[in-house]
Amino acid sequence: MKKGKIIAGVLAPHPPHLVYGENPPQNEPRSECGWEELRWAYERCRKSILALKPDVLLVHSPHWMTVVGHHVLGLPHFKGLSVDPIFPHLFRYKYDLKVDVDLSLAIAEKGKARGLITKVMKNPDFRIDYGTIISLHMINPKWDIPIVSISSNNSPYYFSNEVGQEQMMLLGEATREAVEASGRRAVLLASNSLSHRHFTTEPEIPEDMSHEHIYHHGQYLWDMHVLRLMREGRAKELMAEMPEFFDMASAEVKAGALTWMLQAMGVPNYPATVHGYGTVIGTGNAVVEWNAETRGAQ
Amino acid sequence: MNGQIVKALVVPGLPQPWLSPNANPDYKKIRNAYEAAAKDLAASDAELILYFSTQWLSVLGYTFQGDPAPEWTHVDHNFHDLGSLPYKFRVDPKFAEIYASEMKREGQNVRVVNYPGFPIDTGTIVAQNFLNPGNRLPASMVSCNMYAEKQETIALGRAAARAIAKSGKKVALVLVSSLSHRFFVKDVKAADDHISSAKDDEWNQKICELLAEGRLEDTAQVARDFAREANGDMGFKGIWWLSGATEETNLFTGKVYGYGAIYGTGATVASLSPTSVIPSEEFLAKQEIALSENSERAISTEKSNQAVDKNKIIQANAAPEPVGAYPHARREGGLLFLSGVGPRTAGKKEIPGVTLNAEGKILSYDIATQTHAVIQNVKTILEAAGSSLDKVIDVQVFLTNMEKDFPTYNKIYAEYFGKIQATRTTIEINRLPTPIAIELKVIARP
Repeated sequence: MKKGKIIAGVLAPHPPHLVYGENPPQNEPRSECGWEELRWAYERCRKSILALKPDVLLVHSPHWMTVVGHHVLGLPHFKGLSVDPIFPHLFRYKYDLKVDVDLSLAIAEKGKARGLITKVMKNPDFRIDYGTIISLHMINPKWDIPIVSISSNNSPYYFSNEVGQEQMMLLGEATREAVEASGRRAVLLASNSLSHRHFTTEPEIPEDMSHEHIYHHGQYLWDMHVLRLMREGRAKELMAEMPEFFDMASAEVKAGALTWMLQAMGVPNYPATVHGYGTVIGTGNAVVEWNAETRGAQ
Repeated sequence: MNGQIVKALVVPGLPQPWLSPNANPDYKKIRNAYEAAAKDLAASDAELILYFSTQWLSVLGYTFQGDPAPEWTHVDHNFHDLGSLPYKFRVDPKFAEIYASEMKREGQNVRVVNYPGFPIDTGTIVAQNFLNPGNRLPASMVSCNMYAEKQETIALGRAAARAIAKSGKKVALVLVSSLSHRFFVKDVKAADDHISSAKDDEWNQKICELLAEGRLEDTAQVARDFAREANGDMGFKGIWWLSGATEETNLFTGKVYGYGAIYGTGATVASLSPTSVIPSEEFLAKQEIALSENSERAISTEKSNQAVDKNKIIQANAAPEPVGAYPHARREGGLLFLSGVGPRTAGKKEIPGVTLNAEGKILSYDIATQTHAVIQNVKTILEAAGSSLDKVIDVQVFLTNMEKDFPTYNKIYAEYFGKIQATRTTIEINRLPTPIAIELKVIARP
C-alpha cells in the first residue's frame, strides 16, 4: 500500500457564530450577516484544502472533553441534531457524517502503543460535539469526506500545561503513524480559538458587529505574536511558548488540538498561511493552513 | 402566600450508580442513598424540584430550562460505554421565567431556553431519574456559570429564594455536584474504584459531617479551602448557591444517606431540612432594599457591550472605599493591578484591630487582625474583578513597624499565600494615609 500522508493541517476555530452567519440549510437559526472576515478566511482555506482532494478529515475538538484518555468515534455513521448549550439561539444543526473507523481504530492502537490511554466510542446514541461539527462544516460543508473525531483529554486542566502538551505530542505522533500506515491523504483540523477570554453578555442582535472586538489589548498582542510565529515558519518556537500563551491569553489551544496537529505534522518549519483573523464575542480566532504540499510557497 | 424552600439536597452527578450499580459496592451504596432520599422527598410537601448542576455550564450569564417537556437520549462523553440515558422530563417554564427575571435584577445576562434537543447534562438526568421518577414533580434547572465566583453564585441563590417566594410553591433545591473531583486518569476497573487520595477522603468526610449536622453555611465557609485541598467539583461553588438560597444559615436538620467513591471522586447524598421558614419575610425585605439601592450600579444587560466590556476600571462595593481619586483595580495588558488596600471595612469608620484616641491618633493596634483584614479585602477586590487570590503574581507590603510587626504578619501571610508563591517585597514606611499599620499592593492575573 502506498504510504499515507498528512497533506495539510488547519487551525480551524469553532465559534458557532460562523455557521450562524453563513445561514446554511443544516442550521435552523437565521442571521442577517456576521463575522464575514473569518467566514471569508474559511472560504479561502476551504478552497485550498478541497483542492488537495483529501481522503479523510481528522478533527480534535475541546468540546468532546474526556478525563480518561483519548477517545475516538468507532461507528461508521452518525446522524443527529447538535444544539450548542451556550449559544442555542445561534446553532441547532442537523448533521449526517461518515466516520473512517479503520483509521480511528488505528490511531487508538498506535496511541496505546505509545503509552496513552485510548478508548473507542461505540454507542450509537452518542451526540457529536458542536466544536467538531462546526470545524468540519466550515472546511467541508458538503460532508462528502469521511472524518475521524478525537476527544480532548483533560490533562492540561487536570495536571499542568506541560503534562497536557506531552500527552498531545504523543497523540500527534500516534496519529501520524496511523495515517502513514493507512495510505490515506489526511487533513488535520485543530478546532481551537486562540485567545479565549470573552464577553459574558451579548447584544440583542447577536450579529450586530458594532459590538465585536477583542476582549482586551493583551489578548490581541499575544494573538498577533503567535500568528507571526506561524507565518514565519517558527512552529517549534510556538510550541515552546504555548504554556505561557495559555496562561496569559486564556488561550483555547490549551485544550491541545494545535499541539496535536503540529506534532503530527512533524512541527513544520515552513510558513503557514494565515487566511484571516477575527474576533468572536471577544475571543481571537484565526484560520491558518499548513500545507505540506506547497510548504508555504505562494 | 409566599413560596418556601422545604428541602435542600446535595447529590452526585456521575452515571455509574444509575447505569452500573452492581459494578462496585460504593455505586450500590450511592444508589441506595439516592433511593432513600427520594422516599423522604416524596414524603415532603415539595411541589417543584430546582436543580443546579455543575455539569451544565454557561458563559453568558445564566440559562434556565424553559422547555416544558424536554426529551432526548443522552450519552455521557466520558462513560459512553456504560450505556445511554434516555429521558423525558416535566419542566415548569413559568418558574424558569420568574427565576430568570430575578437574576436579571441582579444585573446578569439571562436566557430561558426552549429548543428541542437542547442538551441536558448527565448529572441532572441521573438526579432526576433517582429523585423524581415518573416526573411526579415538575422540575426547573439553572446553569452553572463557568466564571462566577462566590458573590455572584450567592446572588444566584438569593435570586432563587426570591423566585420561590414569588412563585408561591414549596420547592426542593438540588445541588448536583461531586465532593472531591479528582478523577482517575488511567483506566480503573469498577471493582477497584476508590477515592483518589486519603486527603480527599478526609476532606469529603469533613464535609459530610458538616452536612449531617445541618451546618450548610459552615460548609459554604470552608468551600474554598475544600476546593483547593480536595479539588472540589467546580470549586465546590454549588454550595454557595444552596447557601445563598437558604439565607446563609446553619438552621437545618441534616442527614447523610451515603458516601462513597465514583471513579475516584467523592459522592454523597445528603439532605438538609430547614428548621424555620425559608425564605423569611425579613430576608425578602432586605433583598428588596439591597436591590433597589444597587439598581443604578447593577450592570444592565440593555447597555451596549462596549460600555460593559471596555470597562477596565473595577470598583468593588464590598471593599473599603478608596480615600482618593482612584479605583480599587484596573485591567491593563492582560493583568489586573490593584490599588494599595488596607484593613478598613467597607462602610465603617472603625478599623479592625485599631484603637484610636479622640484626636484620631493610634493608641494601640493588633497587626494580626489587620493582616487578616487586609488580605480579605484583597480577596474581595480580586473576586469583584473575576479573579481570585490564587491568581496573584506579585505583592508589595507596606508596614509601619517592621521590627515589631514583621514576624506576625509574615506568619499570617504564609497561611494565605504559601502555596500561591507570588513574588513579594516588604517595606517599612513612616506612615500610611489612614491610621493603619499595613497596606498591600497586588498584581494578579484576571
